[in-house]
Amino acid sequence: MTMNAGSTAIEVAGLRKAYGRKVALDDVSFSVAEGEIFGLLGRNGAGKSTTVDCLAGLRAPDQGRIRVGGLDPRRDHRELRQLLGVQLQESQLPDKLTVAEAMRLYASFYRHPAGIAGLLAMLDLDEKRNTRYRRLSGGQKQRLSIALALIGQPRIAILDELTTGLDPVARRDSWQLIDDIRNTGVTILLITHLMTEAERLCDRVAIMRDGRIVALGTPAALGRPTLEDAFVALTDRRVS
Amino acid sequence: MNMLKMLTLTEARLLLREPLAFFWGVAFPMVLLTVMGLSAGRIDGVSLVAIYEPIVIAFISVAFGVQGIPVQIASYRQGRILRRLATTPAGPVRVIGAQLIVSLAVIFIATIGVLAVGRLGFGVPLPRRPWGFALVVIMSAAAMVAIGLLIGAVAPTARSAGAAGAVLFFPLMYFAGLWTPQMSASARHIGQFTPLGATTQALGDSMSGGWPHPAALAVLGGCTLACAGLAARFFRWE
Repeated sequence: MTMNAGSTAIEVAGLRKAYGRKVALDDVSFSVAEGEIFGLLGRNGAGKSTTVDCLAGLRAPDQGRIRVGGLDPRRDHRELRQLLGVQLQESQLPDKLTVAEAMRLYASFYRHPAGIAGLLAMLDLDEKRNTRYRRLSGGQKQRLSIALALIGQPRIAILDELTTGLDPVARRDSWQLIDDIRNTGVTILLITHLMTEAERLCDRVAIMRDGRIVALGTPAALGRPTLEDAFVALTDRRVS
Repeated sequence: MNMLKMLTLTEARLLLREPLAFFWGVAFPMVLLTVMGLSAGRIDGVSLVAIYEPIVIAFISVAFGVQGIPVQIASYRQGRILRRLATTPAGPVRVIGAQLIVSLAVIFIATIGVLAVGRLGFGVPLPRRPWGFALVVIMSAAAMVAIGLLIGAVAPTARSAGAAGAVLFFPLMYFAGLWTPQMSASARHIGQFTPLGATTQALGDSMSGGWPHPAALAVLGGCTLACAGLAARFFRWE
């Protein structure tokens, strides 16, 4: 169960998933190295969320091989839940639950939870610990969601549409935060459609279109002249 | 076990923060019973307060089971809370288990409160078959919770879950006798095949010293199994 530095944190090979006749994922393959920040980019409906669902064990792929931290998400889902932290898009908490209560609850799910006080300080939620979820700002809710994804001290974290709906300052704070998280040794899979975010944070990115990966590499190598131009060229039907 | 304990404590805490749910499910039945007691009315020589005691006990289980649980489950689905929990070691089933535990516990506590109001306020004797009475309370609470689970399993939004619970409230409580404690023979005959008609009759039997009729228990058990089974079969996690 121990992984060496430089080994693979996430491995996806030949992933295929169809809903009826609609093909959501078609031969998707990529791998994420331990300690890397890997970006999954694409427009709505490109297959990012289905990929996340398969990695988190929420959906069974029709074909293909997935390993997350060396585990098969379907077969080893119990172990997987201990080492994978997930921040889901648009996931909420009960309105009247306070920040500290949510943290204590989620901490009770894990064998080796992180210290709540330290995590709250890192995410700048210290002063909000007794505030109910409903009363938090969008940025604070987002940070709490990240805190809950990290409370189990995961080795791998999936952060889905992390900064959607945040103002520019809150967005930059979140980016700094992701850098800090990576520096603690956590491997991060970042799902986004913000090119500046991917350029700023990701070591490598994969661009998805219609259930396929159409480009994979470092933002600098893909982005000529910018990653956004490359993204539009690869994903806009009117262009290609 | 620790996870279920924490989830149950959390759900209990959240319920305590809903004053309206508490008023409707706990205070209102006691208020209604008190009004009946103060009116000092009688039907065929039996005091209204004694007639209404089983009815308001049935009311409690509808308030928390049929009206409360579906909204909780549907709002957790809508807020993607069930899905979020599915990515943690706790899983989504445990939080629903915690909601059922809390709802059943509150139903029992409120039932004891109603018995206390009847006994201390108006001298209604406590059930003379306490075990038979307890059995019916447990089985009717289970039946209402199972109906609530079924609504929560399929209702797409908290709003539609609330509407379904509100609509079901009327036929269920009609046959319990909320509006017409003195039902016609034919209504009473139909009523005994509905879960709350069976409940009030069986509660009345065990209050006056008889054992609950096996047919009433069969109705409640059948309702529980059917609704819980359908809920498990058709549960939408997202």
